[in-house]
Amino acid sequence: MFLINCPYCGERDQSEFSSGGEAHIVRPKQPTKLSDDQWAEYLFMRKNIKGVQFERWNHAHGCRKWFNMVRDTSNDKIHAVYKMAEKPPVK
Amino acid sequence: MSSDLRVNNNKFIDQTNQISFKFNDQILYGFKGDTLASALLANNIHLVGRSFKYHRPRGIMTCGSEEPNAIVQIGNDPSLTEPNVRATEIELYEGLEASSQNCWPSVNFDIGGINNFFSPFIPAGFYYKTFMWPASFWEKYEYFIRKSAGLGKSPTKPDQDVYDHRYLHCDVLVIGGGISGIIAAKMAAQKNLNTVLLDDKNSLGGFTIFQNNENFKINNENSNLWLKKEIETLNSFKNLTVKTRTSLAAYHSYNYLLAKENLTDHLSLNERKDKIRQRLWKIRAKKVIIATGAIERPLIFNNNDRPGIILSSSIKKYIDYYGVKCGQKISLFANNDSVYETAISLNNSGVSVNSVIDIRDKSNSSIAKQAEKLGIKIYWKHIVVNTHGYKKINSIELMKLSDNGSGVVGNKINFECDCLGISGGWTPMVHLFTQSGGKLKFREIDNTFIPDNAPSDQISVGSCNGDFELDDIVKNTNKSVKEFLNTDNSEFDNLKVICSKEVDKKNIWLLPSDKPLGKTKPFLDFQNDSTAKDVKLALREGFKSIEHVKRYTTTGMGTDQGKLSNMHALGIVAETAGVKMGELGTTTFRPPYTPLTFGAIVGRNVGEFFDIIRRTPIHDWHVEHKAEFENVGQWKRAWYYPKENENMHQAVQRESKAARDSAGILDASTLGKIDIQGTDVSEFLNRIYTNAWSKLEIGKCRYGLMLNEDGMVYDDGVTTRLGENHYIMTTTTGGAANVLSKLEDYLQTEWPELDVYLTSVTDHYATVSICGPSSKKIISKVIPGLDLSDNKFPHMSFKNVMIDKIKCRVMRISFTGELSYEINVQSNFGKSVWEKCFKAGEEFNITPYGTETMHLLRAEKGFIIAGQDTDGTMTPLDLQMNWIINKKKYDFIGKRSLYRSDTIRENRKQLVGLLTDDPNEVLEEGAQIVSETNKKPIEMLGHVTSSYFSPNLNKSIALAVLISGKKLKGQKMFVPMKNKTIGVTITDSVFLDKENKRLNAEL
Ligand SMILES: [Zn+2]
Repeated sequence: MFLINCPYCGERDQSEFSSGGEAHIVRPKQPTKLSDDQWAEYLFMRKNIKGVQFERWNHAHGCRKWFNMVRDTSNDKIHAVYKMAEKPPVK
Repeated sequence: MSSDLRVNNNKFIDQTNQISFKFNDQILYGFKGDTLASALLANNIHLVGRSFKYHRPRGIMTCGSEEPNAIVQIGNDPSLTEPNVRATEIELYEGLEASSQNCWPSVNFDIGGINNFFSPFIPAGFYYKTFMWPASFWEKYEYFIRKSAGLGKSPTKPDQDVYDHRYLHCDVLVIGGGISGIIAAKMAAQKNLNTVLLDDKNSLGGFTIFQNNENFKINNENSNLWLKKEIETLNSFKNLTVKTRTSLAAYHSYNYLLAKENLTDHLSLNERKDKIRQRLWKIRAKKVIIATGAIERPLIFNNNDRPGIILSSSIKKYIDYYGVKCGQKISLFANNDSVYETAISLNNSGVSVNSVIDIRDKSNSSIAKQAEKLGIKIYWKHIVVNTHGYKKINSIELMKLSDNGSGVVGNKINFECDCLGISGGWTPMVHLFTQSGGKLKFREIDNTFIPDNAPSDQISVGSCNGDFELDDIVKNTNKSVKEFLNTDNSEFDNLKVICSKEVDKKNIWLLPSDKPLGKTKPFLDFQNDSTAKDVKLALREGFKSIEHVKRYTTTGMGTDQGKLSNMHALGIVAETAGVKMGELGTTTFRPPYTPLTFGAIVGRNVGEFFDIIRRTPIHDWHVEHKAEFENVGQWKRAWYYPKENENMHQAVQRESKAARDSAGILDASTLGKIDIQGTDVSEFLNRIYTNAWSKLEIGKCRYGLMLNEDGMVYDDGVTTRLGENHYIMTTTTGGAANVLSKLEDYLQTEWPELDVYLTSVTDHYATVSICGPSSKKIISKVIPGLDLSDNKFPHMSFKNVMIDKIKCRVMRISFTGELSYEINVQSNFGKSVWEKCFKAGEEFNITPYGTETMHLLRAEKGFIIAGQDTDGTMTPLDLQMNWIINKKKYDFIGKRSLYRSDTIRENRKQLVGLLTDDPNEVLEEGAQIVSETNKKPIEMLGHVTSSYFSPNLNKSIALAVLISGKKLKGQKMFVPMKNKTIGVTITDSVFLDKENKRLNAEL
């Protein structure tokens, strides 16, 4: 059970949050111009890293804000949290 | 009570307070402060159960949570009885009734014991190999295996006890109240930190509190006396909370821990009334100090499982703490010095120790010397090769160990004993450390895994950190805690600690015997009855990973999680496979450390508190009008309103007919409602719905279909434009929360440039839906001034109105196909508006209808229910709703997916209607559809999603999804049921009023 530092509310228990999968996957601006394969790449393909991973999280039972998190999946260490529009910190 | 087994002058139990209890229906006596185990031993009862596989007699072996054998059933009240309780942990109370598990008909005469004679035929994996095939027989095997295994009886009635959950936040959590935990807690408290000290026993002190031996002194006092004074000083700290009878169950990441506090299990039954039984603490600690101690290891030799064979340190605790002699003629068998503490304690209490058998060549420690001086006979370099006595040990055989330790030499020595204490060294309790994600390292000198890298702010101190000798424990605990808490406390810096030091070490995981391994029974896991032989067999059969060996032999998989002998299993695997133990690694220690009751896990979340129950503002009216209710998510929705002797079918038929003949009234308050405001709402709606929204005028409503990005139907509902920049969206009852979070997700992460704000207002409004040809007359009575003509108030529009000075929104929208109005009103006025409408409708036979009738009416019209007729694999094209897709729109969620190669397939499952050959035959929802009946295997082409008898059409109707259904209209198909095959014809999915004339039809 993590302690997550919501960029808007501060430190809260993990039970207040929901995880939203891999971060920094941008919805294509012109989907109609994509081939089936390219669209499938966006739609279905996700990384599942053992190690440092960039993730989306939502403070679902709090401020309802989405934000990003850098987490090491091998030891659950949270290296950084940052707001949606912000640039990811360099490793 | 056999008073000759009690020692007087004991400080830890109250010998003036006699307690009666029952074990296997026999009335016995013990004292306040006893555990069930100590009281049984004082009554000379060792045999408490039978082993799992061979049903061998088994006795009390330990004094703590590691106990593998003394597992009992407490009580026989059908709601309060509890199985799998360790007799070594439960405190004696007046009226305690306990009985042996895993034996039938009784512990003394056990039919399953016959397995023992067949045991050469029950090797590791026997159950897997024998009973797995044929698979269809498993049900039969399982019945007999379970019956003979008899793992206790579950209660058959609901638990009457109350359980509780609480949160606890602290600066420092100290787990374990032995000497190192006490030093650590005191240092933390002295630094003014908010400190909590937990211990699973009823009092603090661990093993040191009864270490009354001249060889162990702190500041010139015996260690127990020094510790007693330290414990007394703890009371003076206001910032230190001490919780006894509280066992740590789980240690999760970020120092989140669960602990179970036992509040009443030690009280007599009538003292428990109105008290909480157990409390689960959810702890978030800034820093954690683990001081959980160590567990003594048994030794693995032939017939090491007889009742009367007890861990040496437990014999010491029984004599020094509980004042109970485990026997009158005790022998001890060990590979280390701690056994001599037991020998001296027994000797001082007047118990004859007829021998100590030590596998080592010698020991030069002061304590071994003292034992020798007391005249205790020590057999150096000897081992026990066999034991005798069926229900209790009565003699042992020893032989001299060969020089290389792999065999025995010389003559057998036999002698009698009524108890054998064994000690194979110590295993640090690193379970919690590893649960938290900590990594262990292997220490060769005494074959222990000790903490290495901790993942969170924590330290391990004392013997759980691999310090087994008093001076090391005190010195290293002081040093680590000082660093950890960054304190310059010097109180424990200069303690004068004297203790016996162990220098001679020797360990043999599987002790040899004069007989070959196949002829002996050296038990490793006492609860699951696996022997050293089983582990070797697993290796011979090719299992290499310790995790696989564990599962194949079931070693360490009992309720004790193999606390006693996991290390021996590892040792034997390593030896046999020729690898180093450090490289082999350990099996994973999973929470809970000791079993938790279901009660403690669920706490107060039982009965009506199991989940939130949501009731509409009109709920009480439905109850008064005898509605039956249906659970829709967390909502209680009126399902149907049976009159007098009506069954569900009759009620639904009546309600459905009335709604189309004159008027029906439905509580639609549960529909999800999202208030949407901002300057970009119409653009936002364009992107999330499949149809066009730019031209929706103020005061107009529109139906929308929402897809997932994969093109599959997600939800649907009507959105109304209330003002220039103000809309209200409705969602399905079940989808409300998910739709809101999905929309928020897109707004925040993909389209932050849009000026749109979402607010859930589901609970803010009650919704009264009135439909049927008389509905206009009813509304005109309720809202007299409102022009209801079709051109002033057409279908799919809305008006702001006042009903009795209450602001309402009235929408003309229809989910039944009838002329229909939905009144939305602030929740607290919902019931009064409903009642007003109902009264106004009485002259028109207004009929309240529930969800079942609502479903029937919409099915007549072929309207889908997202989640019933769709299942996350249906596109709008599959539903034949092409009309709702705006191809001109540049983009919307899911658009691109609608022409993926998979979604444009012609042979996808598509929504169709079904009419049965016999119009009275109603199909079962979920039934499969096939094209021919005499083929095997039969190809399933689709299934029924909604099915009703329509009173308005006077025939059975159904919706179904069917492969290539679009092209199959008019064709015959079959729905095979258990006893018959039903013929059906594929039709259009709209059964009634295809021209939508009824939307404006009035009486
Ligand atoms: Zn937040």
